[in-house]
Amino acid sequence: MIWVDQIVQGTLLGGYYALIACGLSLMFGVMRIINLAHGDFAILGVFVVWLLVSQTGISPFLALAAAIPLMALLGWALQHWIFERSLRSGPLVPLLATFGLAIVIENLLFEGFGADTRSLAPDIGDLAFDSWTLTDRIYVGHLAVLVFAVAVLLLVGLQLFLKHTVLGRAIRATAEDPDTAELVGINSRAVYAVSAAIAVATTAVAGTFLAMRASFDPYSGPAQLIFAFEAVVIGGVGSLWGTLVGGIVLGIAQSVGAQIGPRGFLLTGHIVFLLVLAARLFLSGVNWRAAIRRRPQGTEGSAT
Amino acid sequence: MTGKPFAVTRWTRASTVSAVVVVAIVAALAVLPAIFGANITERLTTLFVYIILAVMWNALAGYAGLVSVGEQMFFGLGAYATIRLSYGGMNVYAAMLVGALLSGFTALPLSSFMLRLRGGEFAIATWVIATIAHLLVNFDPLIEGETGKSLIALNAYDAGVRQAISYWATLATMLLFLVLMFVLMRSRFGAAIQAIRDDEQAAASVGVRVMAAKRLIFTIAAFGCAAAGALWLATALTFQPRTYFGIQWTAYMLFMALVGGLGTFEGPIVGAVIFFVLEDRFGATGVWYLVGLGVAATLFSLLLPRGLWGTLEDRYGIQIMPVGYRLRVGAAKEPGGKTSQGAARWLARLRS
Repeated sequence: MIWVDQIVQGTLLGGYYALIACGLSLMFGVMRIINLAHGDFAILGVFVVWLLVSQTGISPFLALAAAIPLMALLGWALQHWIFERSLRSGPLVPLLATFGLAIVIENLLFEGFGADTRSLAPDIGDLAFDSWTLTDRIYVGHLAVLVFAVAVLLLVGLQLFLKHTVLGRAIRATAEDPDTAELVGINSRAVYAVSAAIAVATTAVAGTFLAMRASFDPYSGPAQLIFAFEAVVIGGVGSLWGTLVGGIVLGIAQSVGAQIGPRGFLLTGHIVFLLVLAARLFLSGVNWRAAIRRRPQGTEGSAT
Repeated sequence: MTGKPFAVTRWTRASTVSAVVVVAIVAALAVLPAIFGANITERLTTLFVYIILAVMWNALAGYAGLVSVGEQMFFGLGAYATIRLSYGGMNVYAAMLVGALLSGFTALPLSSFMLRLRGGEFAIATWVIATIAHLLVNFDPLIEGETGKSLIALNAYDAGVRQAISYWATLATMLLFLVLMFVLMRSRFGAAIQAIRDDEQAAASVGVRVMAAKRLIFTIAAFGCAAAGALWLATALTFQPRTYFGIQWTAYMLFMALVGGLGTFEGPIVGAVIFFVLEDRFGATGVWYLVGLGVAATLFSLLLPRGLWGTLEDRYGIQIMPVGYRLRVGAAKEPGGKTSQGAARWLARLRS
């Protein structure tokens, strides 16, 4: 029974991972960029929310609604000032630039807010601890279900947006082939800016929920980036539904691991991630036809 | 050479002179502990470790195009293995050597897996592996979680002797890796690995063995970082997993290589010296110092991706330790190398 509980809790936790991962997935899918400051943007977003809540006393949800456009603007600026420049100079530069940016965000937050661990749980009243009883051993928290529901809604919304709107189609076309998209009149720079804005805005949502169900401090960002990335890779790059599946798998792995041992939480998550990565690499690396025919492979595959 | 319209050269008069100067500096460094006090010796030991790290990171990112966010894994493992072996009864200096070698070897099995990943995937996968290594080291009862352990076996040696040995060991290790990189980058391998960086498929199509070349550089970098970790422990004396496996090491390496000049031989050394001086001056300011490093890394990657040395090299065509070739059109008539400056400028324009 305890394992069923771990799987239920893990699935709900996976909702959070899907939430933090969808922005990363979108950005990687469209621009082929991994933003190493992704997790730090989530933490920056939650500090904005926290500041609003603590200064004005409004509900964290209202504060989040105010923070989202702010973060979207930041995403746009990020695209304009950093990615657009770095995209032109090869795949290395975005990694270097965003890693530098991550250090700046973390330490500025530390300078501004100190090392205190904070939480938004006290600001959401009963939601933080209320739960439904499924059986006498299994409880599901209202907040955990809410996070999961928001993750699904966000992913459905993004999926519908990408599939049915003009802008969504432009984003998909650009992700497929930016040069050809330009040929048919799509402004790829605008598409990139919109994608970056959406991606960074979603981090604020994820960060706020992180703060509601757990705690955060200025240096929480890198861990969130790693989780987000693991969810994206487990689920398969470029698929939003895959991101949800990846998040759930990661969540289950972690909560089962936590049951095994005190440090198992992180370790099992990482190991499942590596196993999936290894399986994907080695299965796709095998040239099945060549293996059956037992002929020497082409030069590319045999260069080991 | 007269009559030929062009010539391909490696050494210029300037670089020959500077090579002699470099040898003189190395000789001076070798006898330095006999002249200067403990303080300077220890500071220089730190600088040498920074240089090793910067050169290794540059080998990965600058020459092979592999941005690793997880080299702290080898740094940490090198120190951890030293502690482990030393507590197992091995002589402490033998433990440093064997520990660094063992840790470096972990790169071999890892490489066949990691090197199939590209760009950002590789970056984060290295990070995850480093986190796993950190978690696993925490499991060792000897280390006592994050409490850590001291290398008490070093107490058997007199402080002065210990310092001098650390200094020479670090100097020797640094020279070993510098010479290794110099020789490698001048060989066919140097051309091959840079071709892979620029276009992996094109490199494979002209017969470069992509995986083997990347594996060699990945493993060398692992050995270098592991040695740096063991040597750092010899000065710092205490091993705490969090400090050694911390992501800040990647931040330092990235800063040094990027500011000095990615993909140049001299750049990371220049970067390490700059980093060393900055840390000496501003390290006490803590947070603002780190913010400064981050800002500098971001600005350099966007505005000056060739770094300080790379930019100087492009503009003036200087190379102290020549690892590349120079094309001199009308070589006999223009020994000053004016044309190569023009070519360099033209290349720089192509790059931007």
